[in-house]
Amino acid sequence: MFKGLLGKKIGMTQIFDESGAAVPVTLIEAGPCYVTQIRKPEKDGYSAVQLGFVEVNPKRLTKGQLGHLKKSELPPLRFLREFRAKSPDVQVGDKVTVEVFQVGERVDVVGTSKGKGFQGGVKRYGFGGGPKTHGQSDRWRAPGSRGAGSTPGRVFKGARGPGHMGNVRVTAQGLKVVLVDPERNLLAVRGSVPGPKGGLVIIKEARKQ
Amino acid sequence: MSDELIRSVEAPDNPNIPDLRPGDIVDVHVRIKEGKNERIQVFKGTVIRLRKGGNNANFTVRRIASNGIGVERTFLMRSPFIEKVVVNRHSQVRRAKLYFLRGRTGKRARLKQKFN
Repeated sequence: MFKGLLGKKIGMTQIFDESGAAVPVTLIEAGPCYVTQIRKPEKDGYSAVQLGFVEVNPKRLTKGQLGHLKKSELPPLRFLREFRAKSPDVQVGDKVTVEVFQVGERVDVVGTSKGKGFQGGVKRYGFGGGPKTHGQSDRWRAPGSRGAGSTPGRVFKGARGPGHMGNVRVTAQGLKVVLVDPERNLLAVRGSVPGPKGGLVIIKEARKQ
Repeated sequence: MSDELIRSVEAPDNPNIPDLRPGDIVDVHVRIKEGKNERIQVFKGTVIRLRKGGNNANFTVRRIASNGIGVERTFLMRSPFIEKVVVNRHSQVRRAKLYFLRGRTGKRARLKQKFN
């Protein structure tokens, strides 16, 4: 069965499970999503399901986007995302709701992490920084040596160092579904989910079951 | 809107917990599961700390166990493990967090009773 949803991160809280233990959860307002297109190997070279989420004012979309949705007689949708699926059992125009997921199931949640701007090596990669005492000055959060001497005489490409941090696609794998509420399209997963509140998240079946 | 959604999944307030104040001498009736059986254990002590925070609000009770060893236990206000809380008496205290009790033993660890 096809499993995948787009959602909006609401925020975190804690709820009590049936044994009474407090569980940290992230709430996601997930779906309802529309199937907007089915990608087929014969035509597109791969098979996938395209989902659309959040009905918007048609003025917010480009003519191209509207035309794409009009073809399958769907309302204007803000986000379109594809999910790889070998033999999807859904049709264009179908509605996908939170009911595709069950409590106890494991899911992967993809989001765009919060942007942190230009950060140093200590925050970005957990570098140790320099000694705080023994006469050191100005070297507390320095990255250390960037390259050796005349060999190799340069910094290797891809070496970790200060730079832009965050605002990248991040997947949180294997999160347990704690709560499914079809009435309010609400989904709760154990643990944290990448991105800000209100950010778009993609919920998929867990890759590592 | 999103705050409402968050609140809607959180546990409701426990009606069997009265308003607590720092310095209250309380009995906390805690549900304990042993295998299949469930029983109630009473934890008696002084409320030394209250922390607000809606769903995450909690309070800490300090008691002196055998051999004069201080034991502190923190309870979530909305935890289903709490059957009820009984306030036996209030104390006259001048601060919100009674951490100073940790350094005191015996008669010096007493608090003046407040009548109202």
